[in-house]
Amino acid sequence: MSEQPIDRQEYNITAYTENQIGLLNRIAIIFSRRKINIESLNTSPSEIDGIHRFNIVIHETEDVVRKIAKQIEKQVEVLKVYFNTNQEVIWQEMALYKVPTDIIAEKASVERLLREYGARAVVIRRDYTVFETTGHREETDNLIKVLQPYGLIEFVRSARIAIIKHSDGFNRKLREFERTEPGSEVIENEFLNDRDKVFTM
Amino acid sequence: MFTKEEPVQLLQEKAPQTMSGAEMTLRALLAEGVDTVFGYPGGAIIPIYDALFDFKEELNHVLVRHEQGGIHAAQGYARASGKVGVVFATSGPGATNLVTGLADALIDSTPLVCITGQVFAHLLGTDAFQETDIINITTPVTKWNYQVTEASQLPEALAKAFYIARSGRPGPVLIDITKNAQQQKFGFSEYTPCTHIRSYRPAPIVRPEYVTRAAALINQAKRPFVLWGQGVILGAAEQEFCAFIEKSGIPAAWTILGAGALPTDHPLNVGMLGMHGNYGPNMLTNECDVLIAIGMRFDDRVTGRLDKYAKQAQVVHLDIDPTEIDKNVTTTVPVWGDCKETLPLLTELIETKSHPEWRQRFEQFQTEEVAAVIQDELFPTSDELTMGEVIQQLNELTQGDAIVVTDVGQHQMIACRYARFNHSRSNITSGGLGTMGFALPAAIGAKFGRPDRPVVAIIGDGGIQMTIQELGTIMQTGVDVKIIILNNQFLGMVRQWQELFNDRRYSFVNIASPDYVTVASGYSISGKRVSERAELKSSLQEMLQHSGSFLLEVMVTKENNIFPMVPQGCSVSEIRLR
Repeated sequence: MSEQPIDRQEYNITAYTENQIGLLNRIAIIFSRRKINIESLNTSPSEIDGIHRFNIVIHETEDVVRKIAKQIEKQVEVLKVYFNTNQEVIWQEMALYKVPTDIIAEKASVERLLREYGARAVVIRRDYTVFETTGHREETDNLIKVLQPYGLIEFVRSARIAIIKHSDGFNRKLREFERTEPGSEVIENEFLNDRDKVFTM
Repeated sequence: MFTKEEPVQLLQEKAPQTMSGAEMTLRALLAEGVDTVFGYPGGAIIPIYDALFDFKEELNHVLVRHEQGGIHAAQGYARASGKVGVVFATSGPGATNLVTGLADALIDSTPLVCITGQVFAHLLGTDAFQETDIINITTPVTKWNYQVTEASQLPEALAKAFYIARSGRPGPVLIDITKNAQQQKFGFSEYTPCTHIRSYRPAPIVRPEYVTRAAALINQAKRPFVLWGQGVILGAAEQEFCAFIEKSGIPAAWTILGAGALPTDHPLNVGMLGMHGNYGPNMLTNECDVLIAIGMRFDDRVTGRLDKYAKQAQVVHLDIDPTEIDKNVTTTVPVWGDCKETLPLLTELIETKSHPEWRQRFEQFQTEEVAAVIQDELFPTSDELTMGEVIQQLNELTQGDAIVVTDVGQHQMIACRYARFNHSRSNITSGGLGTMGFALPAAIGAKFGRPDRPVVAIIGDGGIQMTIQELGTIMQTGVDVKIIILNNQFLGMVRQWQELFNDRRYSFVNIASPDYVTVASGYSISGKRVSERAELKSSLQEMLQHSGSFLLEVMVTKENNIFPMVPQGCSVSEIRLR
């Protein structure tokens, strides 16, 4: 395997799209064609009826992620694409943990666990209990380690969702798409605006 | 009779009526101005073919011999005419046979609408007879695709298909229609063409400040160099381009898909770019101070080794497709937009110049190339015929007015290098995908697209055997296509690489040919074989003057190499003359 360039890091790609059969495949193959692994993928309806929001996490260089973002935005049914480093977003993943109630009640200090890991009990049954927590990867990972000795039965983690810190007017921009002709601000392409630094003249 | 000028008007006059999805599909094609369809029937598309029975007057359906031939013909039609090419195919194998053509059309930005039949909607996913998941198969090779399972979805789907195929950077679209949707009757009143899709921007908005920056760069340039591609042709911006070139006085070179946008003998046309392009354009790419790329995508066959490509130059890139900017070559000034719109803005701002000393550099290299390569290729003194002299003689006879359709390989490079083009949309070739077997069906399509122009297909002895069955299409339709087979009894380009880079280990490049003249005569097509120089010109003349199709097989020297050549992995300025 070739050596990984050192400037690779996690990027959060946010795409607003139409809700269309087959679009997930169209977006996924943009990555697989270039042999890029998708670390996390979340897709769900946005705040606007009929518009979906993809959150995709990849580990890549800025140059690659910029080209990928443009390729996604080129797809007919994609409205808008943004990409951000982890520093530029607020992000969360949610995790569920199923543990045997008798052991957890007997051996672990449940109250301490809940407090320390910001977890809460979603279901408490005679046979098992389900805890839920949200946070960054390390936080949800840590709770696995803690619960493992108490007979962790099942674990699941959601894809990442992220909100961009400087996301002024997203909702407003999206609303403009609902009009027949989008306003110039929506047509405006961020990538071109970001280019000013490359000019030497 | 339906008139193309006001296609929608006619349909609007009709009262709302109940019709089948199949009939509506054909009415949509008429409303979009379609006059010719290339296709092949089959079980899942029978309802559309049944409806076609009643549209024989309005729609010319060309029955091909293989769906791949059908889609290449549609590509040829689209490339020659500038209109959208339309293909019909059935489900399963009919649809999968389109894949090569879709990939070719996507990479060469050719507008197509392919309509495939599909099994009944209730059978989807059951492994029904001739069922294949053509939507997922074609997703990577289409600009857009969509499956219709209800007749009522058809008008919008077809309207979007034509709009997407022809707008912005054109490309192929596939609409898969289940059999029940074709059969189903529904209330249909008028066809509304699509003019807007909220999530789709055909062309980015032009930003004048970038045009201003580009003009400033060009005005201060001492050694500016223009590279143009098919974008000039697709944008119908030939005149705008010519005006820009003539005012700026900048020498301009072309990619093979851009050939013909500026006439071959225009004084500022300095030749072809790339691996087998001209000497000067390749060498001087690495000496120019401002490189102006117009509607081209810096393909690896054009750039050679990227980290040694035009590193000294400031790059201005005009393109309609934002993904092309900075994709391969980092741009100093990007000018996003349709060059039909951006070129006049740029021409307005640039100073009138002529760059005589800089242009002389190109002439010097050209003189060198003529002496080392071109003279021997076009006017050989050896006994055997060369590919180049065939093209040279053809130029003299057609005067550069023919549409030249080429296949892929050595003959393609020779034809693109030496064919003379007076008009745009005259060089039809498979550029990006390099699809052998493209030329014969594409030439058929080109003739249907431009019946007023002579069409000459130039094909190697390898490529002709990949789609030779389309001689049957020529026989049945009587379409007038002149076919030149340049037979060197080898898969010549691979043989050349094996000679130069694999110690002459000629691995499976010897290819036997049938007696092409006899094969042609089996299809009632006249033909002739020529191997003597004395007979070449008269044979070409006979071919061109023949009424109807004609196949001319020219036996050329077996082991000629195409030079100049930029070997793979080398810089454009490391181009070899021998």
